Amino acid sequence: MPGATVIEAVRVTLEEVMGQDDRVFIIGEDVEAGGVFRATEGLAAKYPGRVIDSPLAESSIIGISVGAAHYGMKPVAEIQFADFIHAGFDQLCSEASRWCYRTRGEAHLPMVVRTPWGGGVHGGQHHSQSIEAYYTHLPGLKVIAPSFPADYRSLLKAAIADPNPVLFLEHKRTYRMVRQDLATEPGESRIGRARVTRRGDDLTIYAYGLMLHESLAAAETLSRDGIECTVVDLLTLLPLDLETILEAARAPGKVLVVHEDTLTGGFGGEIAALVAEHAFEYLDAPVRRLAAPDVPAMPYHHNLESFFMPDREKIARAARELAAY
Amino acid sequence: MTSVRTRRERSRRPIDEYLLSEHQLEEMYYYILLARRLNERMLALNRQGRAAFVIAGAGQEAAQVGAAMALQKGVDFVAPYYRDLGVNLVLGMTAREAMLNLLGKRDDPNSHGRQMPAHWGSVARRVVTQSSVVTTQFPHAVGIALAAKLCKDPIVVMASCGEGSTSRGDFHESLNFAAIHHLPVIFFVENNGYAISERTEKEMPLEHVADRARGYGMQSAVVDGMDGIAVYQTVRPAVDQARRGGGPFLIEAKCYRLWPHSSDDDDSRYRPKKELEEWSRKDPVKLFRERVESDGIFPREDLDEIERRVEEEVREAAQWALMQPDPEPEDALTFVYREA
Repeated sequence: MPGATVIEAVRVTLEEVMGQDDRVFIIGEDVEAGGVFRATEGLAAKYPGRVIDSPLAESSIIGISVGAAHYGMKPVAEIQFADFIHAGFDQLCSEASRWCYRTRGEAHLPMVVRTPWGGGVHGGQHHSQSIEAYYTHLPGLKVIAPSFPADYRSLLKAAIADPNPVLFLEHKRTYRMVRQDLATEPGESRIGRARVTRRGDDLTIYAYGLMLHESLAAAETLSRDGIECTVVDLLTLLPLDLETILEAARAPGKVLVVHEDTLTGGFGGEIAALVAEHAFEYLDAPVRRLAAPDVPAMPYHHNLESFFMPDREKIARAARELAAY
Repeated sequence: MTSVRTRRERSRRPIDEYLLSEHQLEEMYYYILLARRLNERMLALNRQGRAAFVIAGAGQEAAQVGAAMALQKGVDFVAPYYRDLGVNLVLGMTAREAMLNLLGKRDDPNSHGRQMPAHWGSVARRVVTQSSVVTTQFPHAVGIALAAKLCKDPIVVMASCGEGSTSRGDFHESLNFAAIHHLPVIFFVENNGYAISERTEKEMPLEHVADRARGYGMQSAVVDGMDGIAVYQTVRPAVDQARRGGGPFLIEAKCYRLWPHSSDDDDSRYRPKKELEEWSRKDPVKLFRERVESDGIFPREDLDEIERRVEEEVREAAQWALMQPDPEPEDALTFVYREA
């Protein structure tokens, strides 16, 4: 199969950036051995001393990265599973996201926290979480959630180059699911920019991560039935690309927001609110959200997991209802 | 006056090497006194309704000044906590700046009115910006030390906190990592006996915070925190050793919080009067003056002169700071992100 997977895109990008900038180093659990998903494979041998195994202590992985970034280094921390990041929430919420603000710009933190998120891998309650809603509530932090390998590459590069703390979310189900030729794909994505991935006149779907791929698959099916969808890949969740989001909503006038996280307080509420607030006159139907049900976390067994997760069929069903409104 | 305990025998240089010069002793008294007089004036401004909040370090000044004087100014980093006015003064903060900080003025170099008072931070002085959440600065100190080690820069980082902070996970994670990687960090705990109202025995089942170092294979020492000279003579060798690659050190300075937790706290609800009276006799400001005076190092007139100088400096700083501009309301919207 030609092209690079998501995980390969991440790995080659880390390798390339570390070769270009001595200040970049990696810290996290099992990273010296390559990490549980192999994102850092071979890097410890190629860059001795710059790939650092940490104890199993997420708060300090992030807090130590804060200190190192303050000193002028460019740490790329890996939290093994997004589900484990909450022990470090304080360091992102109370510290990293406020560093620039509370010093009135005197200090800043060029640091990245990478972490695999999302379900569909039989990871149960603590290896499947969507964490974006907690962290997109932290102005001062940037949150990125790409879908395609070329975007992983360009956005990870941009994240490491960014002078602000960036939470870089990698959907683990897509790690080896999608391929793209990194050499020929333009990969022009920039932090803070969404992308209209597909154009259609009947309705607009907003998604990110695995759900973007499921939405594109649903759009393909719907197209055969004469329902044409615009599909927006949000890419950066914080700060949001309001312009692209609103532009995509106006023409079709019907909006479906899809995410894998549970519904209440989920990130889709923000997109729904923005569209309702700024594009109300263009709407021909109420804004629709499709999300996981409000249960505490993604359950383990296949039957339970697939019931919990939105997918292309559920998206297509919701889209048909919306198109018929 | 000094009691130093170490986990392992280590080669100790003769104490003479760490004797303070007359000039350093004078400096030490000046900073200890300046910290106390500033805090007193701050509390007065609070009671007059001119300052919303004061959190002070009364009782811990000697520990703070002694420890900070062991560092190389402008080279070594400090990740302090909110009581560390004394540390900041030694590293270069002026009385005027301390008052700007108290009042949250536009030109407060620490946060320009964005944080509560006593939340320090200065890039130039290598003082790391801190929050109110205790011990979060510890991993920052470790991260700075790790970065410096990667860059082969011979710096030392001092992280300080009260004994209450040593219960938090960040304390343990930081000591653990620093010990594993042999990083040049001095963990300086100002044990003032209280975490707001909770006495030490409710915070830990040990008499000494320093004993926690054993769990990390780290060297440690306990020192009388009311004695600035002893603190200096304990911290300085640890700093020198860390700079030479000798790894981290946990130092516990036994102090006492002479004042309530903050300007909003009423310590009569939980603190026995008798205890306060006993500790007040060991007030580090009084103690220092008595010691240098009885040792005959300084004539009484010289010490009186320092007191006059400090009084005047504090009075002038408060008056000046009150007239300085406040932040513009819309400034609240700026510097959310650093522009690329």
